[in-house]
Amino acid sequence: MEANPLAPDILFTLGPAPVSRAVVTTWAIMALLTAVAWAGGRRASAHAGALQTTLEIVVETIEKQVGEIMRRDPWPYLPLLGSLFLFLVAANLSAVIPGAKPPTGHIETPAALAVVVFLSAHYYGIRALGGAAYLRRYVKPSPLLLPLNVLSEITRTFSLMIRLFGNMMSHEFVLAIVVFLAGLLLPVPFMLLGMMIGIIQAYIFTVLAAVFIGAAVGGELE
Amino acid sequence: MQWTVEMLSVIGAVIAVSFGAIGPALGEGRAIAAAMDAIARQPESAGTLSRTLFVGLAMIETMAIYCLVIALLLLYANPYVG
Repeated sequence: MEANPLAPDILFTLGPAPVSRAVVTTWAIMALLTAVAWAGGRRASAHAGALQTTLEIVVETIEKQVGEIMRRDPWPYLPLLGSLFLFLVAANLSAVIPGAKPPTGHIETPAALAVVVFLSAHYYGIRALGGAAYLRRYVKPSPLLLPLNVLSEITRTFSLMIRLFGNMMSHEFVLAIVVFLAGLLLPVPFMLLGMMIGIIQAYIFTVLAAVFIGAAVGGELE
Repeated sequence: MQWTVEMLSVIGAVIAVSFGAIGPALGEGRAIAAAMDAIARQPESAGTLSRTLFVGLAMIETMAIYCLVIALLLLYANPYVG
């Protein structure tokens, strides 16, 4: 049973920098996603092969969902949101591979992704509206609400991070306890539940990122 | 008996998880009951309903997960234990 679920799991050190298991898994997922996308899009043609058709179905499904959530043209935001979703699904499902730990189960990866969402919401908002109009949304119902609006920016980013981290980490923790208590086959249903939780959490993270970016671009809060 | 910070942390973690589970449990029960009711009225919309239900349940469950994170912080990363 893992002693401390909050401490990083150091595999080796590269010079002065310790490299944890989460970082190695993240790089493996990035390499895998890049390789699949490259293999699928290398010789793209109208008479698509199996891999290209699969990738097109995935991209079009994500495009439709994001368009429904944001209610505007999703294509400017699709590179960020789509790769976020695909990375999160791959990361959360990496728990089923023996030896791999989902990087989202340690606090650094969800924190970095939440910061990416936070910054890109402001970037898209300022690019769409201009600086003054974008800042005006913080005093919109009344200037009295300015501190609350600024506070909600911080807390919603924080809760985005804790939601993903807590769900993935707690699942790993429950699994460790079940393995510790009772042997071989009992953890299997918990692992199936964990796969479902992983996909749902990836979906929720992406939906919330799309909602935040859509709100920033539309000039309203939430 | 002398109370130490470790003992109080363990008690605090137990209280956080046990009481933190009550609210989300009640909320999830209500959500599932409402979804069952809706599916019974309109079976053709079961797909959309259950998808929305799962997302909503995951959102509600997050509240309990927050309590679990606080409990684990108390047990494993307590700032007051040297």
